[in-house]
Amino acid sequence: MKPAPFEYHAPATVEQALELLATHGYDAKILAGGQSLIPTMNFRLAQPAILIDMNNIPALRYIEPTPAGGVRIGAMTRYQTAERSPLIAERAPLVAEALPHIAHPQIRTRGTMGGAIAHADPAAELPAVCVALGARFKLRRGTQERWIAAEDFFVGLFTTLLEPDELLLEIELPPLPARSAWAFTEVARRHGDYALVGVAAGITLDDAGNCADVRLSFLSVGDRAVLAHNAIAALKGHPPTAETIAHAAAIAAADDIAPNADIHASVDYRRHLAKTLAQRALTQAAERASAG
Amino acid sequence: MENLIEITVTVNGTEYHRTVEPRMLLSDFLRHELNLTGTHVGCEHGVCGSCTILFDGDPVRSCLMFAVQANGHTLETVEGLGTPDAMHPLQNAFREKHALQCGFCTPGFLMSLKPFLEQNPNPSRDEIREALSGNLCRCTGYENMVDAVALAAEEMRNG
Repeated sequence: MKPAPFEYHAPATVEQALELLATHGYDAKILAGGQSLIPTMNFRLAQPAILIDMNNIPALRYIEPTPAGGVRIGAMTRYQTAERSPLIAERAPLVAEALPHIAHPQIRTRGTMGGAIAHADPAAELPAVCVALGARFKLRRGTQERWIAAEDFFVGLFTTLLEPDELLLEIELPPLPARSAWAFTEVARRHGDYALVGVAAGITLDDAGNCADVRLSFLSVGDRAVLAHNAIAALKGHPPTAETIAHAAAIAAADDIAPNADIHASVDYRRHLAKTLAQRALTQAAERASAG
Repeated sequence: MENLIEITVTVNGTEYHRTVEPRMLLSDFLRHELNLTGTHVGCEHGVCGSCTILFDGDPVRSCLMFAVQANGHTLETVEGLGTPDAMHPLQNAFREKHALQCGFCTPGFLMSLKPFLEQNPNPSRDEIREALSGNLCRCTGYENMVDAVALAAEEMRNG
């Protein structure tokens, strides 16, 4: 099918985009990479009156180191650029590991990092990865800027704290703690399909070899990316053994997630996958942390 | 409320000027405005890959872009890949290895594979499968395509 008619704007600066948003607010939709929005428009499930195309704003395409040792990523940075970035490989290996799981190369040439965050698809990889990493997002409306932690940003199905006249400008990934390591894994029927369940895990070891910190998040197990608080609490302070990891993964699958059934997987199967994948990801992260 | 927009697009080395509605998909622009009907339209939601073209050298789904977004950019479609007398090594290899049957999906595969082989001149069979995974074919079963890509890679390496 073909999209319904709309009014098109392609601002050259963030300020122009914000002015357009201030004027049109609820009637306007931001066009980032378009790899989710345009199919929805082609189906006429979305019929925005006004499109504000961010693709002519080069100032939103960057990957830069932060002084603290993290990474700042401009919202319009494309997946492919991030996938090929040595800085992301070095400072955010979890992001580098997750990126190839996002759709196909022909989608990653257009899809953007900020678009994935603002779209807040519960089956998307990047929101879960940002929640696991403790990333934060820079938002601006008019001249007012605010920072929101990834875990607070996603509030429901395709729903975030972004106001209708507010723009997501940047993703900031914090520096990785010493003796920490990460792993990402997911199950999809075919590579490139939406995952039935995906997991991002991180483990930081202390001098005694216990888990000083644990991060564990899921995608495709509910209405948003989920941080597994109960599982994290269960593993923290303990050595990452096969038993403690299996215990934490079981808690995650039982208590931290609320998966839905659909034609692809039942609730029970999603819980089973969540447990198994959490076990694998935590084990891999622990091995990497011990080795590193 | 709809605005008409003038755009200039370079496709296969030729510069085109057109006036388009913003809602016109790039795939429809290529087919209906420029009569470049080698770019096929399958699913129109980015799943099948039939409409894959090169946008500033990168493979993209032309059904997931608007024509206005191509303003000032350089595109390549299957028409720019080769001619019947001077086919691209990928086209030769697809013919040689029977990597197509009905041919509907073929332009999308070719345009996905061209940048793949440029970046990875000596791919493993697993890497070839991965590169094919973003396009759907309902005839071949893909096995002959893997052979064709391996052959094309070899011919391109040997110049």
